[in-house]
Amino acid sequence: MTVLPYVVAAWLFLIGLYGIVTSRNLIHLVTCLAVTQSSTYLLLLAIGYQEDATAPIFGDIPMDAEVVDPVVQAMTLTDGVVSVTVSALLLALAVQTHKRAGTLDPNALRALRG
Amino acid sequence: MSRRGRLFVFVAGALGISALFVWGFSGLPDFGVQPSVYGEQLSERAVDERHATNVVAATTFDYRGLDTMIEEFILFSAVIGILLLLRAQRDEEEDAPHDMAESRRPLPTSDAVRVFGLGLIGPTILFGTYVVAHGHLTPGGGFQGGVVLASGLLLVYLAGEFLSFERLAPEKLMEATEAVAAWTYVAVGLAGLVAGGLFLTNFLPLGRIGDVFSAGMIPLINVAVALEVAAAFVLLSDEFLEQAVLVRKRDRS
Repeated sequence: MTVLPYVVAAWLFLIGLYGIVTSRNLIHLVTCLAVTQSSTYLLLLAIGYQEDATAPIFGDIPMDAEVVDPVVQAMTLTDGVVSVTVSALLLALAVQTHKRAGTLDPNALRALRG
Repeated sequence: MSRRGRLFVFVAGALGISALFVWGFSGLPDFGVQPSVYGEQLSERAVDERHATNVVAATTFDYRGLDTMIEEFILFSAVIGILLLLRAQRDEEEDAPHDMAESRRPLPTSDAVRVFGLGLIGPTILFGTYVVAHGHLTPGGGFQGGVVLASGLLLVYLAGEFLSFERLAPEKLMEATEAVAAWTYVAVGLAGLVAGGLFLTNFLPLGRIGDVFSAGMIPLINVAVALEVAAAFVLLSDEFLEQAVLVRKRDRS
């Protein structure tokens, strides 16, 4: 059994989290979150992968050809869109934070101000 | 919390998550061997039942169409959130574009960027339209094509000016397009409810396999999603660009 794709997915998840925890800049933090989210794409696609199979698009291939799982591919598509929207929303928050606090360093944002 | 303390908490948490990963992954199917029963069923049936050769599109917009509709509204509400967050605040005012550092002269866009940008606008829009229109046949679809279409509009900004970009894709028009397109998806679902008795039931002729006008309602939903995504991405870029060139704090002026 090949475990490498699963190991890489777990590694991407953890290294992204490490980046978030140690981040000194909110823009960097959003990018780290994108890395964390990309682990889910890899995990989904790895689950659907099948050796010697092709993409589930029957334009040019015979109907009985072996194809990889289309369900996880549709889920990965969804996942990517959600990832982009989350990043955009967080970047908008970062813009506002910089306007209010004058800094993007999360360590410098100590107290809540009204 | 100090940096060291935070790192310690992270390492402890990461070890716990790793243990959960090992436990969870050991229950997964072996890599590259069996497809899921659901996936296998879809691959076998989608072409016959839906006349769509792209099974991923058939899964996204037909078999799991309700999930995709909800996901589309995640994008919709995120854009509303960003519009709210980045609107001009009480202590700011919108201003004609100019550089914040008075001594710095803005660099003019190079001629190469202008020429290639202008030349790419047409092909990009054409390619985006192709990706959307053939979403049910070949790789692509509303989400991918919508992003390509939005980048075609953004090339106007790259090749020209922010103001011509705003004239070409006015905010009000983009907001209306986004809302109408998002609700078109719901309307297609409701039409299926009326015609077929179930939400998102196909009510259009299936056509001949491989034709652009085939696969029932999938191309229609693809177009709706493409317009929604394109308008959403243009609005997003517009809002962020406005932050850079238009809004500044009153106390700095």
